[in-house]
Amino acid sequence: MSNLIKFKIDGKECMAEAGKFIVDAAADNGIYIPTLCNMKGVKPKGACRICSVRINGRLMTSCTTPVADGMEIESNSTDIQDLRKSIIELLFVSGNHFCPACEKSGNCELQALAYRYQMMVPRYPYEFPMKPVDASSPRIIKDQNRCIFCKRCIKTIKDETGRSYFVFRNRGHKLEVVLDEEMGKTINSATAHLAMENCPVGSILVKEKGFDTPIGKRKYDKEPIGSDIKL
Amino acid sequence: MENTVKQIVEKYNTNRNRLMDMLIDIQESEGYISRDAIATLSQLLEMSQADVEQTLSFYHFFSTKPRGKYAVYLNNSPVAYMFGREAIKEAFEKSAGVRFGEVTSDGKIGLFDTACIGMNDQEPAAIINNMVFTRLTPYRVRELVKMMKEDKPIEELRKESFGDGKNYLPSLRSMVSSNIRRKGMILSDDYHFGTVLREKLPTLSPEGVIGEIKHSAIRGRGGAGFPTGLKWEFCRRAKGDKHYVVCNADEGEPGTFKDRVILTEKPELVFEGMALAGYAIGGEEGILYIRYEYRYMKDYLEEVLHKMRKEGLLGTNISGIEGFNFDIRIQFGAGAYVCGEESALLESLEGKRGEPRDKPPFPVERGYLGYPTIINNVETFATAVRIVQNGGEWFTQFGTDDSTGTKILSISGDCMFPGVYEVNWGFNVEDMLDMVGAYDVQAVQVGGPSGTLIGPDEFHRTLGYSDLSTGGSMIIFGKQRNLLRDVVVNFMEFFIDESCGSCSTCRNMTQVMNNKLKKILAGKGVANDLKDLKEWGRVLNASRCGLGQTAANPIISSLKNFRPLYEALLQKDKDFDEGFDLEKSVQASCSYVGRVPVFNHH
Repeated sequence: MSNLIKFKIDGKECMAEAGKFIVDAAADNGIYIPTLCNMKGVKPKGACRICSVRINGRLMTSCTTPVADGMEIESNSTDIQDLRKSIIELLFVSGNHFCPACEKSGNCELQALAYRYQMMVPRYPYEFPMKPVDASSPRIIKDQNRCIFCKRCIKTIKDETGRSYFVFRNRGHKLEVVLDEEMGKTINSATAHLAMENCPVGSILVKEKGFDTPIGKRKYDKEPIGSDIKL
Repeated sequence: MENTVKQIVEKYNTNRNRLMDMLIDIQESEGYISRDAIATLSQLLEMSQADVEQTLSFYHFFSTKPRGKYAVYLNNSPVAYMFGREAIKEAFEKSAGVRFGEVTSDGKIGLFDTACIGMNDQEPAAIINNMVFTRLTPYRVRELVKMMKEDKPIEELRKESFGDGKNYLPSLRSMVSSNIRRKGMILSDDYHFGTVLREKLPTLSPEGVIGEIKHSAIRGRGGAGFPTGLKWEFCRRAKGDKHYVVCNADEGEPGTFKDRVILTEKPELVFEGMALAGYAIGGEEGILYIRYEYRYMKDYLEEVLHKMRKEGLLGTNISGIEGFNFDIRIQFGAGAYVCGEESALLESLEGKRGEPRDKPPFPVERGYLGYPTIINNVETFATAVRIVQNGGEWFTQFGTDDSTGTKILSISGDCMFPGVYEVNWGFNVEDMLDMVGAYDVQAVQVGGPSGTLIGPDEFHRTLGYSDLSTGGSMIIFGKQRNLLRDVVVNFMEFFIDESCGSCSTCRNMTQVMNNKLKKILAGKGVANDLKDLKEWGRVLNASRCGLGQTAANPIISSLKNFRPLYEALLQKDKDFDEGFDLEKSVQASCSYVGRVPVFNHH
């Protein structure tokens, strides 16, 4: 109990173990901070920026910043909420996300966040970029139209020697997450399923079977994302 | 080929952290990095092929396709255009017979665009097989291409005299000019190299060195302005088996070239500063991370290091101080602006993609390979030597209260005497323009694209951390320039190309905003678009690193200071943009079917 510290989120007194990342410490105190690239048990990278909060006047990602004693965190203010919504909209316009035709609909974290933040029409013009679909692996489809570059697959889907199946290619606006051609040929069923599960959107799909759970009975169909975090 | 790759991998002890060096060596020996080379590399380093490719594909100068026996990289900064790049480009394309981005069918000549190569004071300039050709003219280009077609060795392509200063030295033999126009404590010739290491350090403890640096109140010269003394102190205190000293010579901010000049004219001062820092923080290894555009300096810098080792200024028990061991190695980048960001630089040093790290932890705690590391700019190390030589108190007499010392400016664009000027902090822009002979000035880009674009009503402002902060890039635009079309779009495209892509904000927002700017330039803008640009730009504040946070500055700053230029382009009769014109869109199909469209407008 000695390493418990006190901090505040939007004025509310909170307590947590020192060194915990803000996003987890907030959840322990019943406060939901949205995340997209973050995954429990995996080293955070702060890629999507959706969990941004303000500390001492500076925007910081709550998935990568540990709480400190006496820290005052601003998370629910109008401008930060709008920033989060902006980022969701940016992700929608910079890819090609057609929810009704997507196997991940209802299980998709990006879609769920868009609902939670009540996105109607993105304020930014759609870019409709031309993006390929890589179906060369016998088990996996990597659909670049839907990729949001969260890095989850890169960090978690590895073979027994620690090599990643997925990696980044190029940079900036040309960035892609690609499946290693050789490794993609031999990926086993369990790893392929894990890759699909870990993907927050519908960019990694397992071949040959879909819509196992009907739409309407999926994870975010009944309750908005973040509903599990309650006092 | 397989043997070449094997030898290269062995040269770097099959150490994955040296992947950058391996890729550079392969690219230079083969002209590209083939699929086979990637396969061999991945096998020897026990990485997946895609993993090798993720590093490779991050850097502009690496290629999986042949770039030609002569690979021409022509700078595309705005200043290059101001001095005739369009004609140079045309001359290259016409005489080589291929477009930029292509290689001739005989594999001889490849033409490529490249971001600012640090030659803004002698544009148009191009790098051909690591040799820099400056002040190009169409005639010269035709001559160069002719000689390339005749397979002349690269040295024979040189018809110009060597540049000024040390550029004539046998290990440099470069056509680049240093153009030093004003000297201060760093560029002056009154310092005898090695004095501080030999005479001062035996009388000073590491804490004493840090004390002097802190007292001097010097702040980082790269642009961010973190107090150098504090950085060194934090690093000294941080626990770790090793401590590293890294010198950031990745100067990629368009318009800056002063580090190139310091490293040409005073490399000993920089290396002495690194050794001094090693003494202060308790580190034995230093790394100079230098941009690939300055590859032509490799032999020269290695020679300087070699000489310093021979003179006992690097090595073991330096200056007879028991346990003061320090040496320096040079690491080249491969074309990525973001690697100038200190944590991205560390990633690159470790042979990876140059993606900035999340902070905290800061490099002083966990830096290169996880060890405490200080990363300072070239100029900061050079200045540190003069501070320790003369004392921190002496240093504070230069500059202003919050910005002590001198600053080396890289000044280019529309002025009589572009080049490098060392001035005291607190210099104002008006004096600066009069100093360089700049008349009829429309705007000055202070601190490069990530800085601010200011107009005459702000020329009274002074250079310093509390007013106009700058890493030293100063680009002057005369009244004849079209700021939005020729400068702002160029800078936005620079950021779009150079973003690492990791953060959603910087990867996407720069593109979204640039599209809107282009729409305005095409005469399709409405008043609301300006409001959008201002608001949307704020999203970038949520980016991880300085590049991302400032990536919309070209638009934000020009919109703030040159709003009338935008307003003049807007459609006057509309405040709402329908996005598309129905009548125009159906015109083509109507003409095919032979019908006239009828629209009910009311």
